Amino acid sequence: MKGDTNEQALLKGLAHNDSKAVETIYKDNFNMIQTFILNNNGSYDEARDIFQEAMIALYEKSQTDSFVLTCQIKTYLYSVCRRLWLKRLQQMGRFTGSVDGFEETVAVEEDLETHEKRNAEFVIMDRALNSLGEPCKSLLQGYYLKKMDMNALAAEFGYTNADNAKNQKYKCLMRLKKLFFSQYNIGE
Amino acid sequence: MDDILLLDAIERYLSGEMSPEERAYFENLRNTTPEIDQMVVEHNMFLHQIADYSANIQIKQTLHEVHQNLLERGDLNEGGTLSTKGKVIQFFNKYKRVTAIAASVGGVIALFISGLAMYFSTAVNDPKLEQLGKDLEVVKKNQQYQGNIINEVTSKIPINARLLSGGSGFLVDVKGYIVTNAHILKGTGAIVVNSKGKEFKSSIVLIDHVKDLAILKINDDEYEAIKSIPYTIQKSNSDLGEEIFTLGYPRNEIVYGMGYLSAKSGFNGDSLSYQIQISANPGNSGGPVFNKNGEVIGVLSTKQAQADGVAFAVKSKNIHSIIEDLKKSDTAFQRVKLPSKSSLKGVERKVQINKLEDCVYFVKAYGK
Repeated sequence: MKGDTNEQALLKGLAHNDSKAVETIYKDNFNMIQTFILNNNGSYDEARDIFQEAMIALYEKSQTDSFVLTCQIKTYLYSVCRRLWLKRLQQMGRFTGSVDGFEETVAVEEDLETHEKRNAEFVIMDRALNSLGEPCKSLLQGYYLKKMDMNALAAEFGYTNADNAKNQKYKCLMRLKKLFFSQYNIGE
Repeated sequence: MDDILLLDAIERYLSGEMSPEERAYFENLRNTTPEIDQMVVEHNMFLHQIADYSANIQIKQTLHEVHQNLLERGDLNEGGTLSTKGKVIQFFNKYKRVTAIAASVGGVIALFISGLAMYFSTAVNDPKLEQLGKDLEVVKKNQQYQGNIINEVTSKIPINARLLSGGSGFLVDVKGYIVTNAHILKGTGAIVVNSKGKEFKSSIVLIDHVKDLAILKINDDEYEAIKSIPYTIQKSNSDLGEEIFTLGYPRNEIVYGMGYLSAKSGFNGDSLSYQIQISANPGNSGGPVFNKNGEVIGVLSTKQAQADGVAFAVKSKNIHSIIEDLKKSDTAFQRVKLPSKSSLKGVERKVQINKLEDCVYFVKAYGK
């Protein structure tokens, strides 16, 4: 079916963080979610938050090797948003007993559990990185996040050569690892 | 040093940069030394964590950009142009339950209000709390100091008036409305100074001592309104542990501070404010407290005298209520509108501050 192959292509694009694909999915689905959130006690900002969270969950799902989406993107996003929003309402104590919205839903609980676990890991990593201090933080960000070349990093930070920068990078990495795992293992 | 060599070897092994001989040697080493094997597994997992973390940041960035693009092109709508009828119905549906509950408990609550009001209003005068407005001497000294550097600029404080206290404040409407603490405004008037050191005349348009909030309006021909305010004022409560930051004027220069939200109520259970962990100094009073997305969640007001770093901030939803009070007080204020769009989410802190500092003002109160 044409619709199916189209959706497959979009998901592939999303998996590679292709902004064209992200934009298409965004445009096709955001308004539905916004209406849903606004009709159920939410604000514009909250609608954006929830929708983006759901997009990230879909993105993470698309990264796994065994990835198959057994329903339409629209249904999946709606199910995730509905779940997330119910949870948020309950946390804020604004839950009034019923949520309006009659779209079809699929089970997403398992996916959301993995998503939450990953979010928790990212928070730990974020905290670990931020407590490293400079120049460690920027050095590691440059190498592992911005994927900069060791020579370029040495020049930017003012190390005399790439080997020295590399040495420093490993020292920082060991500290980061220690910080990360100390938190990570408590979390488990 | 050995650790570093080993780490280097593991990283090259994992990324496939080793030559076949070296690889064979290393694999042999892995087989015979369980510790090294364990390190390889651990490091592999860690590198995956970093890669995922990096991917997460990138996808968030993409989503943010896409959202902004679609908004600019008008493909998304974030309020303003919905039909009024729909809005009213939506509003009614949204609040009908709340209204019903509120009405039924309203009577009971009314009985307690007078008692509570007494309780709260005394809280600020408690000797254990320090208000963060600057005292006269400090401000005076700063005033002289400032006079020394920019001696050509004459202050806009009236000649026969004395400077009484100082603090911080921030814009809530581009037309020049500034929110600050009521306790800073000790005298009869105030001037405000922007982050570039320029002074503007202003008048006090509303003061609420119970909430410890006040609104100033800049009345100065030299004031040029900025295009838009980059933050929203949060209506809902924030969560414990949320990362926060503040900008204010404990000195003549704007100062940044960072901390976290440590309790959902203020001093002695005061439900109008939050307890926050941040280093605050006299002069920080009235300054905005932002969450990590750059949205205002409170107004920094007092700190606990005997404890280090414990400060209190008036919750931002009180700003919404005093703006309502202001609108009711005079038809001239009908058009005051709180900012509706925040554009600082997912943006680096340095960039956030750069955008925010134009909206944070140094407030100096004077009297006869």
